Amino acid sequence: MSSPAVSATHGALDDVTHGGHEHHDDGSKTLLGFWIYLMSDCLIFSGLFATFAVLGNSTAGGPTAKELFELPYVLGETMLLLISSVTFGMAMLSMHAGKKGGVVAWLAVTFLFGAGFIGMEVYEFAKLVHEGAGPSTSAFLSSYFTLVGTHGLHVTCGLIWLVVMMDQIRRFGLTDATQRRLSCLSLFWHFLDIVWICVFTFVYLRGAI
Amino acid sequence: MSGNHSSHDAHHGVEHADHGSTKSYIVGFVLSVVLTLASFGVVMSGKVPHDLMMPGIIVFGVAQLIVQLKYFLHMGLSPSQRGNFAIMLFTLLILAIVVVGSLWVLHNMNVNMMHPTSQMVPVE
Repeated sequence: MSSPAVSATHGALDDVTHGGHEHHDDGSKTLLGFWIYLMSDCLIFSGLFATFAVLGNSTAGGPTAKELFELPYVLGETMLLLISSVTFGMAMLSMHAGKKGGVVAWLAVTFLFGAGFIGMEVYEFAKLVHEGAGPSTSAFLSSYFTLVGTHGLHVTCGLIWLVVMMDQIRRFGLTDATQRRLSCLSLFWHFLDIVWICVFTFVYLRGAI
Repeated sequence: MSGNHSSHDAHHGVEHADHGSTKSYIVGFVLSVVLTLASFGVVMSGKVPHDLMMPGIIVFGVAQLIVQLKYFLHMGLSPSQRGNFAIMLFTLLILAIVVVGSLWVLHNMNVNMMHPTSQMVPVE
């Protein structure tokens, strides 16, 4: 009975403290903080890459990387992600030029290429599992699915964030807050492309040698 | 108040200094495509000697990392980027310790404790 009243009071208190915080926060440290997050994310990937490097040859009699991976298909995925990185760059240029419509349009193009990448990856995973090369087949495949799957999950989060930002920019316009958020997403998206360079080099190409 | 104001201005100055241009994105994209095709070409063309494949893909991969850091993430040695750059270098150090250390330790373990060919075959 009393809980709505209590939470209402808390809400009011929160508003006061929150307002006080916002007065001091000019957002100048947001990008630095986000960069630090990205670098800690980088450490997650370094752990997964180390695991894959150690277990990459442990196929337990199952299929090897050379037998499983189709390089032309991976080249296609790579190109989709690379193009999406550039189209995001175009969105950022539109943002700095103050063109709201341009930002939303380029973000939509970025989303399409990113979704294409995820679509190809999901198909690839489904095909591997269907061929009997699922994550439980060998240590090599467990570490492969964990590493590439974690990257795919990040891209999926990026896609959701893209949709949210497109909606926010349509509703609120290019305010300081939306520009700051878009700058963070830009770092995130380009960072994922950089991780993918390491994935195709050390997982797919090294596996095919 | 005035302190807040100046840091806000500085922030905008930073943004204007390093957000790139259409030309820099196109240059970065073309270089990335060329380096990607070179990486895949080293392995797929069949014209590169087997011994040179691994060094080849590592060289092209690292080159593309640098290209994307410079043209897409606008990483550089300018004063405004020095903090980010230092954080990245520290991360690379940790990354190298984790990856090289894991490979080194586990390689030695495999060599010294088990026969290499039977390393992952379950004991019956």
